[in-house]
Amino acid sequence: MATSYQQDDSLESAAEFTDNVESRETLGKVFEVLFLLGLLIGLFILALLLFDILKDGLGRFLSPGFLTETPSRFPDQGGIRPAIISSMLLGAVVILVTVPIGVGAALYLEEYAPKAWWTAIIEINISNLAGVPSIVYGLLGLGVFNYLLGFGPALISGALTLSLLSLPVIIVTAREAIRAVPDSLRNASYGLGVTKWRTISSHVLPYAVPGILTGVIISVSRAIGDAASLIVVGAVGFLTFNPGLFQRFMALPIQIYSYITRPEPGFASAAAATIIALLILILVLNGVAIYIRQRFSIN
Amino acid sequence: MQNTNSQDEPYLLSRQSLDKNPSEDISEKIVAAVLFACALVSVLTTFGIVVIIFQETFSFFQEVSFAQFFLDTKWTPLFADKHFGVWPLINGTFLTTAIAMAVAIPLGLSSAIYLSEYAEPKVAAILRPAVELLAGIPTVVYGYFALLFLTPLLRNFIPLEIFNALSAGLMMGVMITPTVGSISLDAIRAVPRSLREGAYALGITKLETIFKVVLPAALSGIIASIILGISRAVGETMTVLIAAGQQPRLTVNFMESIETMTAYMAQISGGDSPRGSLNFKTLYAVGAVLFLLTLALNIVSYWIANRFKEKYD
Repeated sequence: MATSYQQDDSLESAAEFTDNVESRETLGKVFEVLFLLGLLIGLFILALLLFDILKDGLGRFLSPGFLTETPSRFPDQGGIRPAIISSMLLGAVVILVTVPIGVGAALYLEEYAPKAWWTAIIEINISNLAGVPSIVYGLLGLGVFNYLLGFGPALISGALTLSLLSLPVIIVTAREAIRAVPDSLRNASYGLGVTKWRTISSHVLPYAVPGILTGVIISVSRAIGDAASLIVVGAVGFLTFNPGLFQRFMALPIQIYSYITRPEPGFASAAAATIIALLILILVLNGVAIYIRQRFSIN
Repeated sequence: MQNTNSQDEPYLLSRQSLDKNPSEDISEKIVAAVLFACALVSVLTTFGIVVIIFQETFSFFQEVSFAQFFLDTKWTPLFADKHFGVWPLINGTFLTTAIAMAVAIPLGLSSAIYLSEYAEPKVAAILRPAVELLAGIPTVVYGYFALLFLTPLLRNFIPLEIFNALSAGLMMGVMITPTVGSISLDAIRAVPRSLREGAYALGITKLETIFKVVLPAALSGIIASIILGISRAVGETMTVLIAAGQQPRLTVNFMESIETMTAYMAQISGGDSPRGSLNFKTLYAVGAVLFLLTLALNIVSYWIANRFKEKYD
């Protein structure tokens, strides 16, 4: 650490308490712009991405029959009806499975769980599950639902896999919603001699519903956008009928992937058009979540 | 109040004082048991993942030795001349992850710094969810954008292969920016105001306060966010599957096509590998490496974030 008297970088940083405030403030301004730029780059790319997809896919999206027909071998024909129906069915099953289990688990952890080593394990376990990659859930689904329970590569296997994938997020958000319910509400109920479960079901839950629903919808819209786990479970890229629960299935992201991987150029716009459909679906779901939060939240 | 230390372990918030009024009602006990069963589903999920992955991985290693898996430098399980060296896949994963983090760390941190230190609260309240939209876009869409927009654009300047690590990594970085940004933002906001005011009182500028006081104080939260971002990048599948290709290579050349662990897994799942075949088992062997890697990263991130919380409570 030679202390030199030359004008170099280390000296400049050591001179922070000296008086050249003006240049330091200028540097501050420069960095403020840089930080703002860093923030805006992400938003700019988002805008660019949406613009590019609309440009590539809007024409195809609006072409007659795109939403109502089954896929075709030709890029400019056919539609995505089986994928839309698959995705909606998947979403419906995910909601039916995860809402009771997720809310139940959240209630247990918030209202019942004693302080013990095994509740700590459940706790840590849930936060770890939230970080397990989607494709690993695919391995779980393949092993449990396809082979162990014998459903094979059917829609129900995919739906249950997506349910397990969404569960940690729902538990975490439901817990936050339940924790936000003021204790005075519970105490008033207990004060009247009401039992624990009746207090929860008639006071805590109704109060927490907007928060819980928001979490459910956000995680369901993630599940609907997920493709990796469904590829492992065995979703197909081409289906000419509307899938049932125990039949082969596809999904909008799988349809997109299948379109992207085909070499003929026309399929790119079919993929973009399918992306538009998927984004609209997710946007509608999120719109519903925002509406519920605004409309039903008790202040 | 029993609650003062409870930020670390939220379950402490459960109303234990109220548990002292045990209801004799049997239905109450049934409800408690059912809710407990719900909580157990998450434990069973983990248990299921571990059992299924390691069962198949174990049977994989009965046919392929550890040495072949960890010492060979070629990954060609689908060729006639079979090699099972996992390093090309790990290399591909780390290459795309490194590119992604080179994007996500500066963008995420500058978003967090701007939203916390510069933006008006009202502006921040709009901009934060706007940035977080990036995380809500399905990853297959990023794959589309990387392959059909970014790669053709970059090929005007750089001699990229059609499938390349660069485009996939860049898009993955944009996708992970909110992960890094959001958690860093919370960490930066948790730095007490008094620290900033103390710095201003000494006469240093806002920028110097940020770099010399605020960021060091929030460092563990920021590091936790970065590690979580790395974990996301390692586990991300669709973007790299679509845009980075399926060529397992030991290379640091981001212009070439590579293959990541996740992309290989998706590739083998999409093909026709009958259950019980060696190809099928490679899916689980690679899955085990991926699972252990992301698990380790998540635990480290969780651990660092919790240490950081203790500091300010």
